[in-house]
Amino acid sequence: MLAVPLAGAIAFAAHLAVYKNETPMEARTYTNFLATFLIVSILIAVGQHRWRRLRVAVWRMRPLFTAAVLLLCAWELITAGWHWLPLPYFPSPAAVLQSMISDRALLFDSTWHSLVLLLAGYVLGALAAFVSGVCIGWSNSARYWGMPLLKVIGPVPATAWIPLAMVVSPSATISAAALIALAVWFPVTMLTSSGISNTRASYLDVARTLGANQRYLIFRVAIPAALPSIFVGLFMGLGASFLTLVVAESVGVKSGLGWYVSWAQGWAEYGKVFAALIIMAAFFSTIMTLLFKLRDRVLVWQKGMIKW
Amino acid sequence: MVTTNIAVGSALRVHEVHKSFAVPDAPGTTRLALDGISFSIAAGELVSLVGPSGCGKSTLLRLIAGLDFPDAGELLVGEEKILGPSAARGLVFQDPNLFPWLTVRRNIEAGLVARGVLEAQRHEVSDFMRLVGLEAFANSYPHHLSGGMSQRVALARALINHPKVLLLDEPLGALDAFTRMRMQDEVLRLWENRRTTMLLVTHDIDEAIYMSDRILVMTPAPGRVDRKIDIDLLRPRDRTSEPFLRLRSQILEHLHFAGTAADVSA
Repeated sequence: MLAVPLAGAIAFAAHLAVYKNETPMEARTYTNFLATFLIVSILIAVGQHRWRRLRVAVWRMRPLFTAAVLLLCAWELITAGWHWLPLPYFPSPAAVLQSMISDRALLFDSTWHSLVLLLAGYVLGALAAFVSGVCIGWSNSARYWGMPLLKVIGPVPATAWIPLAMVVSPSATISAAALIALAVWFPVTMLTSSGISNTRASYLDVARTLGANQRYLIFRVAIPAALPSIFVGLFMGLGASFLTLVVAESVGVKSGLGWYVSWAQGWAEYGKVFAALIIMAAFFSTIMTLLFKLRDRVLVWQKGMIKW
Repeated sequence: MVTTNIAVGSALRVHEVHKSFAVPDAPGTTRLALDGISFSIAAGELVSLVGPSGCGKSTLLRLIAGLDFPDAGELLVGEEKILGPSAARGLVFQDPNLFPWLTVRRNIEAGLVARGVLEAQRHEVSDFMRLVGLEAFANSYPHHLSGGMSQRVALARALINHPKVLLLDEPLGALDAFTRMRMQDEVLRLWENRRTTMLLVTHDIDEAIYMSDRILVMTPAPGRVDRKIDIDLLRPRDRTSEPFLRLRSQILEHLHFAGTAADVSA
C-alpha cells in the first residue's frame, strides 16, 4: 500500500543527500519532479481508501512505479552520488531532465521530423507491400517473377543501400523515406503473400459454391483470411522502419531524433543524448501501441483465439 | 416467408463419370478414383451416398459441385451440363467452414453479397436465421458457436441462395450422437419445406436409412456405385422398427462383403 510513497521518499532523500554539499542549480527541476512524485503518490495512497475506482486503477501499477522510482534513485546514486561511472558519458537523471527541458524546442522539432519521415516511409512501404504481397500470393505468374526478386532483394538490410541512395536521390529526406519504405516492404510483402497463398482451400471452395467471382475470392476471402499474417508482417516492418529511420537520420538527414543523438554526441553533451533516447523510447513504443490497437480492432473476430 | 419462396429442386444426372488422380509417391502413375459412375436423382429427392472412406464419395460430390472436372462422362443438373461452381448447387462440408472474420449474420449473407443481390434480398436474412434458430447469435463470431450451431449457420448460408441441388458432405459427421439426431430432423424439416434436391454423403448407415428416399452404396478401389436401395418407409421413421433394422443389416452385410473383396483385389 505504501510502497510507492516509500520508494519516492527514499529517492527524494537520496537526491537531497547527493546534492546537499553542492549548489543544486541544475538539479532544481529534478528536485521538483521527485517532490511532485512523492506528494502525488502520498495523495493516491491516502485517496485510494476513499475511492474504490482509484484503487482499482492504481493497483496493478504499484510494483511498476515502485521499481521505476527506485531505479531512478539507483541511477542518481551511481552517477551523481558515488561517481562510479565516468563523466560526461553518464550524466545523472537530474542533468538529463535539465537537458530535456532546456533543449525542448529542438527536441520537439526533431521528434516531429522523425514522425513525418517515419510515417511517410512506413505507409508508402506498407501499401506497396500489400499490393505486391496480394499479387504474389494470388497469381502464379506474379509469384514466378516476384518471388525471386523478393528473395534476392529482401534480405539485404535497407541501411546497406544508404551510400547508393545518397547518390541517386536529390534529397536526403526523400531517399530516407524510400529506404524506410524498402525496409517495411520486405517483411510485409513476405507475410502478406504467404497469408494469401495459405488461405484455406475449403474457404475458397465454399465461396465459389456460393456464387463468388474472382473479386470476391480475393477481397472478401483471401485478404481477410490473410490479415493475421499481414499484421505479423506490419509489426516486423515497424521494427525495421525504426532501425532504418535512426540510421538514415544519423548519417544523411539533417533533422530528427537520430540526427539529434549523433549531433549531441559530437558536442559531448550526453545529457542530451540520454534525453533524446528517452524520448525515442516513448515515441517508438507509442507507435507500436497504436499498431496493436489497430490490430485489436481489425482482428476483433480473433478475440480469444490469439495470444500475442 | 421463406417457405413460400420455394425454388423447387432440379433433377441431377450423373452419366458414366470417370476420374483419376496422380499418385504423389509414384510420378507418372494414376489411381482410378471413380470408375463409370451413373445414377440419376429426381427433382426434390433426398438421396444418400454411403460407403467406406476412400470410395470416392467426396470426389464425386466435388465434381457435382463443379469444383473439379471428370476425365470422362457427363454431369447434368436439369438439362444443363455442369461446367463450374454455381450458386444453384450449394455445398455443405463436414467442417462448417464458416468465415471466421464474419459474424453469423454476415456469414449467412455471404452468398447474397457474392452474387450482388444483398440489397434486393436482405429481408430474407432474418428469415433464414429464424429458420435455423440463430437469431440470438446474429452478431456472434463463429468461434463462439458450438459444432451444431456452426453447421446450422452453414446450412442457412447454403440455403439462402435457393439452390436447386444441395450437396451435403458428411455434414453431421463431427457432431455428438444427440446433436446429430436432432440435426437430422432439422435437415429433414428444411427439405420437406423446400423440396430442394439433396445428395447426402455419409458413412453412417442409420443416418442414410433414417433420412433418404434412396441409398446409393459405393465400393472403393476403384469407386463404383454398387447398389441402389429404395427406402419405402414412411417418415418420421422409427430407428428401432423391424424393417429399419432389416435394411440396416442388409447394407452392412453388403458393405462388409464388398470391403473384403476390394481388399483381396487390392
